[in-house]
Amino acid sequence: MRYLPLGEADRGAMMARIGITSVDDLFDGVPQSARLTKPLDLPPGQGELSVERTISRLAGKNRPMGSCPSFIGGGAYRHHVPASVDHLIQRSEFLTAYTPYQPEISQGTLQVLFEFQTQVALITGMDVANASMYDGATACAEAVMMASRVTRRKHVVMSANLHPHYRDSVLTASQFLDLNIDVVEPLPEVDKETACVVVQNPDVFGRLRDLKVLSEACHEVGALLVVAVPEVVSLGAVKSPGEMGADIVVCEGQGIGNGLNYGGPYLGLFATRDKYVRQMPGRLCGETVDADGKRGYVLTLSAREQHIRREKATSNICTNSGLCALAFSIHLSLLGEDGLKGLAMLNHQTAFKLADKLSEIEGVEVLEKTFFNEFTLKLSRDATQVVEDLLDKDIMGGVPAARLFPERSDMADHLIVAATETNTDEDIQAFASALQEVLS
Amino acid sequence: MSDHKYSEDHEWINVEGDIATVGISNFAQEQLGDVVFVDLPQVGAEVSKGDEVAVVESVKAASEIYAPLSGEIIAINEVLNETPETVNADAENGGWFFKIKLADEGEMDDLMDAEAYAAFAQG
Repeated sequence: MRYLPLGEADRGAMMARIGITSVDDLFDGVPQSARLTKPLDLPPGQGELSVERTISRLAGKNRPMGSCPSFIGGGAYRHHVPASVDHLIQRSEFLTAYTPYQPEISQGTLQVLFEFQTQVALITGMDVANASMYDGATACAEAVMMASRVTRRKHVVMSANLHPHYRDSVLTASQFLDLNIDVVEPLPEVDKETACVVVQNPDVFGRLRDLKVLSEACHEVGALLVVAVPEVVSLGAVKSPGEMGADIVVCEGQGIGNGLNYGGPYLGLFATRDKYVRQMPGRLCGETVDADGKRGYVLTLSAREQHIRREKATSNICTNSGLCALAFSIHLSLLGEDGLKGLAMLNHQTAFKLADKLSEIEGVEVLEKTFFNEFTLKLSRDATQVVEDLLDKDIMGGVPAARLFPERSDMADHLIVAATETNTDEDIQAFASALQEVLS
Repeated sequence: MSDHKYSEDHEWINVEGDIATVGISNFAQEQLGDVVFVDLPQVGAEVSKGDEVAVVESVKAASEIYAPLSGEIIAINEVLNETPETVNADAENGGWFFKIKLADEGEMDDLMDAEAYAAFAQG
């Protein structure tokens, strides 16, 4: 059944009112060359069974992670998500609310977001977190813009060891902001012009570092330290960015509660210090009491947001990744503090075992000495080719550095390898055997 | 009624020598409702008449505050950082926002006196 709310007479009246004679007049601003002059070339409609067959055939071309031993990380990590998470997020109580503007009917959703914020603040070691953002990369871009607002400075120092997707998101989002962004490594001295320094921990090659000294250097000149954490599980084992003096922490939260989802939707975590809360982008849930003194939840500090402040808003993000945040919160609640620590240690041990095993192979050098669940290998052959050869042996062997840094010919033989709790001893053995064959 | 001058953006201005103290009018704070935050300018900033220099946020809205006169910001009311509600309680005195060292006293001529402003606000 087609739904046609308006008849010819309605349309005619509306067009007369705004002074046009046909609907096409509305598109006068679109150049002729950009217009489609014939219908889209689509096949005729098909029956359900036929569609199912076609889609299944297409899906069969995919190589899902998990169909074979997989060691791909590079910003998205395969972790086990308990079945209870999927069950709980589908409860009907959670299915309706998108952005809960009306707190009196959205208490459940708001409470979840409030708990989520508390969890994010705790694991990042910060005072306050927002109700989530799109993903780690866009959260990083928001962090840079926020640092510029807080410091009223325009110079940004970004580590070259930041994931290139994060770097590019920052560059894209800031291109109209008149920021002066340097992408460098090792990091230069910061000065009184510097708005912020952006580093990733562990960095894109898996290397961990103590950020204490860097944070002190930043604070001495009034610059902010922005720390990006693409593998949120690492926070269960690694000293939190907050403890090391970070001013803004952004994470990719996908690793907890969320699958790889073909690269999205993901979950941006964003946390900062109390004193910067009004410059923080995004939604924020607060706990309060109602007229009878009973506990209740609201969206708070909304006046700085887009739907009220329009173009003067703190940020143009006016939403959050509600469902992914819910999954994150449920999984993290099930894990608890000890569970997260245990999961993180299991990841580290698995990666350590893998590094140990691979380092025995001739033509393999493990470049990182301090890592969490990801590290970089230097191989005796071109890493992109090695990954292809490994795939022929049903092993997903990691991310060639050349894929992230095509301009760095010195990294052509670098392979970034991740291991999580989903990798078994048999996986590790299979990887080591295959790599040995491929390199010999 | 005080000897304050007023702008069409609902700011009051009190000039002593070449220093102007600026806040929002009592009428403006009544319209805004409970003020929860004031984003003050930086001391030392050079501002031109009409520049956006501060933001006042209430439970209802966030509004820009424009410099009513040109000059240099020489002081801000730090009290508002801790107790922004001072703007509601004492808008035209203790709730001042910032002080400007005037660059052009001639700009004063564009401001209204209390009586003219009262008529303007009733508008």
